[in-house]
Amino acid sequence: MIGLSSYLVLAALMFSIGLFGVLTRRNAVGILLGIELMLNAVNINLVAFARFHGDLLGLVFTLFTISITVAEVAVGLAIVIVIFRVRRTVEADRLDLLRW
Amino acid sequence: MTPDVALPLLVLALPFAAFLLLAVVGPLRRTGRPAGLVSIAAIAISFAAALTVWARELVAERTWGWIPADGGPIATVGVLVDPLANAMLVLVTLVALLVQVYSLAYLGDERPGALGRYYTYQSLFVFSMLGLVLAPGFVQMFVFWELVGLCSYLLIGFWYERPAAARAAVKAFWITKLGDVGFIVGIVLLWSATGTFEFTDLFEKAQANALAVPGLATIMFLIYLGAVGKSAQFPLHVWLPDAMEGPTPVSALIHAATMVTAGVYMVTRTEPLFALVPEVLTLIAWVGAFTALLAATMACVEGDIKRVLAYSTVSQLGYMMAAAGAGASPAGFLHLLTHGLFKALLFLAAGAVIHAVGTNDIFRMGGLFRAMPQTAVVFVVGTLALAGVPPLAGFFSKEAVLGGVWEAHLTGPFLMLALTALLTAFYMFRVVFVAFFGRAHAGGHPHEAPWLMRGPLWLLAILTLAVGIRLALGGGEAHEEAPGWLPPLSVGLATVGFVLAWAMYQRGAVDPARVAAVLRPLDYLARRRYGLDGLYAGVYRGIILGLSRLIGWIDRYLVDGILNALTALTLRAGDALRYIQSGRAQDYVYGVAFGVLLLFVWAQLWRR
Repeated sequence: MIGLSSYLVLAALMFSIGLFGVLTRRNAVGILLGIELMLNAVNINLVAFARFHGDLLGLVFTLFTISITVAEVAVGLAIVIVIFRVRRTVEADRLDLLRW
Repeated sequence: MTPDVALPLLVLALPFAAFLLLAVVGPLRRTGRPAGLVSIAAIAISFAAALTVWARELVAERTWGWIPADGGPIATVGVLVDPLANAMLVLVTLVALLVQVYSLAYLGDERPGALGRYYTYQSLFVFSMLGLVLAPGFVQMFVFWELVGLCSYLLIGFWYERPAAARAAVKAFWITKLGDVGFIVGIVLLWSATGTFEFTDLFEKAQANALAVPGLATIMFLIYLGAVGKSAQFPLHVWLPDAMEGPTPVSALIHAATMVTAGVYMVTRTEPLFALVPEVLTLIAWVGAFTALLAATMACVEGDIKRVLAYSTVSQLGYMMAAAGAGASPAGFLHLLTHGLFKALLFLAAGAVIHAVGTNDIFRMGGLFRAMPQTAVVFVVGTLALAGVPPLAGFFSKEAVLGGVWEAHLTGPFLMLALTALLTAFYMFRVVFVAFFGRAHAGGHPHEAPWLMRGPLWLLAILTLAVGIRLALGGGEAHEEAPGWLPPLSVGLATVGFVLAWAMYQRGAVDPARVAAVLRPLDYLARRRYGLDGLYAGVYRGIILGLSRLIGWIDRYLVDGILNALTALTLRAGDALRYIQSGRAQDYVYGVAFGVLLLFVWAQLWRR
């Protein structure tokens, strides 16, 4: 029997990997992928808690998160495509119009 | 309270309408002469209305609330018409009318634009002066009081390209403001003590002995300070001689007949209040008499014809104030009216002379009687009136003043005023002999002034005579109470002055230089205006400028310094910190993540 803590550790690992990706990837698509990982880590948490506490609310929340994630990815990729059309690049380092 | 104030309101409104028209309609103003005619037409109708008011002996009051407050309006505006105001209305509109007609010729060579400006100011001045005269309370009086001061400033500085004129205008403005500070403080103190600005309310309270306010003497003294500035009393008289930098008709109207008498008018108007504080009245009498004497001595050594007249005005204002201080304000007011007539006459005649010979210096005139006999005759009429020769107007009013001061047992002021009467005759006949008789010095060909200027002169001369005869026949109730030896004394004093002037400047029996040598210290002091101008300049430079410099230093280096340091610090800090803003989204996410991590650590370690 695999305990709750194992799921939580897995989720924490996934979250950290996702954050690492967000912080270090230079490609905008890579950053989006990182965000996906972080969101899914949260989903794992929710599902695990739902399972171990016998509360279906966590599953409902997970469904919500997944649908929101889809929308987010759609909008995010659209933005990336537009940026690519304008700037001819999706390098995150070079998208620094807000700098001093 | 009768509502029959339409006529006084008309008197007030017409000059204002003229001013508004000239001020707003630029093209009309820039035409010059037509603008003058508009102003003259307005003031002529205004004069007719004032005459009607006077002839009907209208007494009325009508006020409208102003400055609304919870318990009814704090102050009112309106008109208060009584014999005092009626006489003043006639004097102001009459002199203003004559002066404006005279100015058409006197300032005929000005550019049209400048002439239009002149008449705009003139209309504003007449309106302001009439508003002051008709004021039913201290607030309206103060507002118009300041307005006439403004007009005086504008008209003294009419030739503002001339530095002397600009300086004189500023000087007149500031020195009268010194007095006005006292005036407004006094008004407000009086209001806070009694709760009203209205003359009628105040007089009723004064009559019912309900004005036993603590410090009333101080309050009235402060109000009197306003009159000291406006009516050129010692020690604030220094602005009036300098005010002669303005055009001569302006001097005749503002600095002889009307505005400078506003102080006397105010003291006369509020006489029931001043009567409650005998110590202030005594002070007013002493200061007035001293001013009269001081100015007369300065007039004796002055060579500029307009300045002689200016000192003479100061001196006569001292007379009026002394009368008011002695409790004989009717006499003072009578002197105000007669003086307004003959001093305007003298100024306008002097203006005609200046117009003809192109100089103010009497020692460069001489022998003008032959060149311009009419001007000379009216000038002599004015001189006789000022010197107090019967039956001219000045004799009766001056005698009434002297009688009033004697009755009040003010021996010191009486002696000073008597000596002033002698000096007055002396310095005026000095001008007459030097300028109109004697050898001719003037270059060019002096000529008689145009009729536009001669007309007002003759009218004023006739009025001076007529008023004198009227006073001699029946109006002399003011001088009946005077002791019997007074008329011979005042005639005698005038005669002595006349003989002295004749002996020194016409006959040449006594050399003026030797007299000056005998009276050396006095001559020295009078020529230097008793050092008062120097004193004021010194005080101004030494103390006020020094203080300003100190405050300026504090402001520039201390206050501004702190602010500058703060702004520099902010600027530097911003400069150093702005590199944090890399513009890369990942850096910000990193910051957020790191912050969350810190929060976790904090929650784990310290939040137990």
